[in-house]
Amino acid sequence: MGGVVQRSPRFSELNDDDVRYFQEILGKKNVIQDDDKLSAANIDWMHKYKGASKLILQPCNTDQVSQILKYCNSRCLAVVPQGGNTGLVGGSVPVFDEVIVSLSSMNNIISFDKVSGILVCEAGCILENIMSFLDNEGFIMPLDLGAKGSCQIGGNVSTNAGGLRLVRYGSLHGSVLGVEAVLANGTVLDMLKTLRKDNTGYGLKHLFIGSEGSLGIVTKVSILTPPKLSSVNVAFLACKDYSCCQKLLQEAKRKLGEILSAFEFLDSQSMNLVTNHLEGARNPFPTSLHNFYVLIETTGSDESSDKQKLEAFLLGSMENELVSDGVLAQDISQASTFWRLREGISEALMKAGAVYKYDLSIPVENLYNLVEEMRSRLGDAANVIGYGHLGDSNLHLNVSVPRYDNKILSQIEPFVYEWTSKHRGSISAEHGVGLMKANEIFYSQSRETVRIVVYY
Amino acid sequence: MKIMVTIKRVIDYAVKIRVKPDKTGVVTQNVKMSMNPFCEIALEEALRIRESGLASEVIAVSMGPSQSIDTLRTGLAMGADRGIHVEANHSLYPLSVAKILKKLVEIEKPGLLILGKQAIDDDCNQTGQMIAGLLNWPQGTFASKVVLDKEKQVATVDREVDDGIETLSLNLPAVITTDLRLNQPRYATLPNIMKAKSKPIKKFTPEELNVEIKSDLEIVEVTEPPKRKSGVIVSSVDELIDKLKNEANVI
Ligand SMILES: Cc1cc2nc3c(=O)[nH]c(=O)nc-3n(C[C@H](O)[C@H](O)[C@H](O)COP(=O)(O)OP(=O)(O)OC[C@H]3O[C@@H](n4cnc5c(N)ncnc54)[C@H](O)[C@@H]3O)c2cc1C
Repeated sequence: MGGVVQRSPRFSELNDDDVRYFQEILGKKNVIQDDDKLSAANIDWMHKYKGASKLILQPCNTDQVSQILKYCNSRCLAVVPQGGNTGLVGGSVPVFDEVIVSLSSMNNIISFDKVSGILVCEAGCILENIMSFLDNEGFIMPLDLGAKGSCQIGGNVSTNAGGLRLVRYGSLHGSVLGVEAVLANGTVLDMLKTLRKDNTGYGLKHLFIGSEGSLGIVTKVSILTPPKLSSVNVAFLACKDYSCCQKLLQEAKRKLGEILSAFEFLDSQSMNLVTNHLEGARNPFPTSLHNFYVLIETTGSDESSDKQKLEAFLLGSMENELVSDGVLAQDISQASTFWRLREGISEALMKAGAVYKYDLSIPVENLYNLVEEMRSRLGDAANVIGYGHLGDSNLHLNVSVPRYDNKILSQIEPFVYEWTSKHRGSISAEHGVGLMKANEIFYSQSRETVRIVVYY
Repeated sequence: MKIMVTIKRVIDYAVKIRVKPDKTGVVTQNVKMSMNPFCEIALEEALRIRESGLASEVIAVSMGPSQSIDTLRTGLAMGADRGIHVEANHSLYPLSVAKILKKLVEIEKPGLLILGKQAIDDDCNQTGQMIAGLLNWPQGTFASKVVLDKEKQVATVDREVDDGIETLSLNLPAVITTDLRLNQPRYATLPNIMKAKSKPIKKFTPEELNVEIKSDLEIVEVTEPPKRKSGVIVSSVDELIDKLKNEANVI
């Protein structure tokens, strides 16, 4: 858990003069030393990583971010950028006493072009707020994830968040058209293009997508948003084994291709967890037990033909016995109920106790073997669950335990990383590296690649 | 015994409603339409009664444009045995609906009529009461519990009223309208969606039923509710008192 990291003596400690300087440039209100606010900002969403920062800075514009970083750089004060603090790898909170630079006050939408669908906004805009802004304009965000009520677009870009719609709209490397970022020495890099195509040299903005604050602070983002289509259908299906889920995915890509917008899976252990811990969550198939569940969402422009296509696909899959049972949402609230079963897993895990989370890219055919191996390794000591974005070969392997326990951890790690590496997977599909996997990066990157970055 | 249930196609409960610029109504184009939630509850109750052996058939009725057939298909996929669509392309008001329904009752002779207490689009909450009046049947509105006694031909209905639960005993045939807490409607499963495709839907027009559609109402204007002003955070009790005194003029 990063306990081995030592605070480097190279970094200075915060003093009163520093605080006074920040108050001068930001105003007193935006220099926060309040205990309650500090303790919330010092601890991550999972309550797994805890820092000891004494100061939160809340800049209101790029210039202030630049002045903060320039000063901190000259004083050798360590800094951690913080968005919505929903990151799952311990990257959003201080490790020691770093100054927290919170982007929350930079939450303005700067412009929206209704013809091209290009949105330019500040990094601190909360994802859900952008979604409702776009909804009024008839557009949607190309990404959606369970943390949307708190996470910020700057945090999403900095972690290259994947989420529920990646199977349809691709990764942020495709939809983010531009970024404005401030480097550690205060230099403002204006890469805030609003062009779909721009081949003038290196695509430098891509380095900031997924860099988790290690290269600078993202202050503005320009992003291409797809139009909102009127017909959305959601089906929740039961499958008898993992191989059926896999075949169903292949079929769905072929037969629903142009309207498929999500393909998610969960195992029965995940379903039990959600129905036991979340109020109002109920299994759509109360009378029979199924080993796996799949959520399929389609998004298209023609309600009747989309529904017909989906129904035909589902009935066919039932005849082929890929699907053992299924329900089709008849209205939006039923659709949200089905989504809640999938999106609520993280929350249910938090209610169940402590959790070790692994976010892995593994070729689909092997993906679930890891869950089964882990289950037999840990026996009764833990509840091992598997779910995730099957459409993107992304497994969320979660080990739920009453409390964090190093003995159990040593059973999980490094086994989980070795296994993933052996199957040529990635030990971080979408959550990033953070503090959690900083030392494990070699399981997924070659020595040469890491060296070129570190020693540059 | 047959049970007849009405199901209305309305703008989906979760959709954000927009008023048309000319204030004649709300925007329905490209907007998701679904079954009225109270009708869904009415249908669920009818299905449960049939499944417990107290009724032989559930007939779902929908009135409105041809797309109402989609709503009927949903009802059939939930488990209704057959559907009746009364095609009407202009607005229907509760009294017209009740008159049409009366004709259908004369044709089908159900022993029980279950309706939602209101439709979430116009919030009228009148149809159930009107049809009970027209048929001269007893009515149990806002039902939160329904128990049938087949031998005595009696329905016992609990209603949530302001000072508690009121229990009524109705002789059949009767009209029941459903409240939110009566039951939790089932989902449409794939096997039932499949079966629904071959269930019959009979079509009528108001003319065929000898009902003249007219309204005593004229909609003058439809407007959005006033926007809520955003709040302010005050920094001290003194400031709060000052604002209450001098800005809000309430103390
Ligand atoms: C319930 C739940 C569901 C989730 N589902 C998904 C999912 O489906 N897919 C997925 O990919 N992730 C998922 N996540 C994790 C995901 O990484 C984050 O939710 C989100 O992308 C992070 O945004 P944030 O604003 O909270 O960033 P934070 O958590 O505050 O920060 C994350 C990292 O980015 C850095 N950072 C933040 N803002 C900036 C900035 N402006 N400039 C530079 N660096 C910055 C931080 O230093 C940190 O390293 C989920 C998390 C939760 C709690």
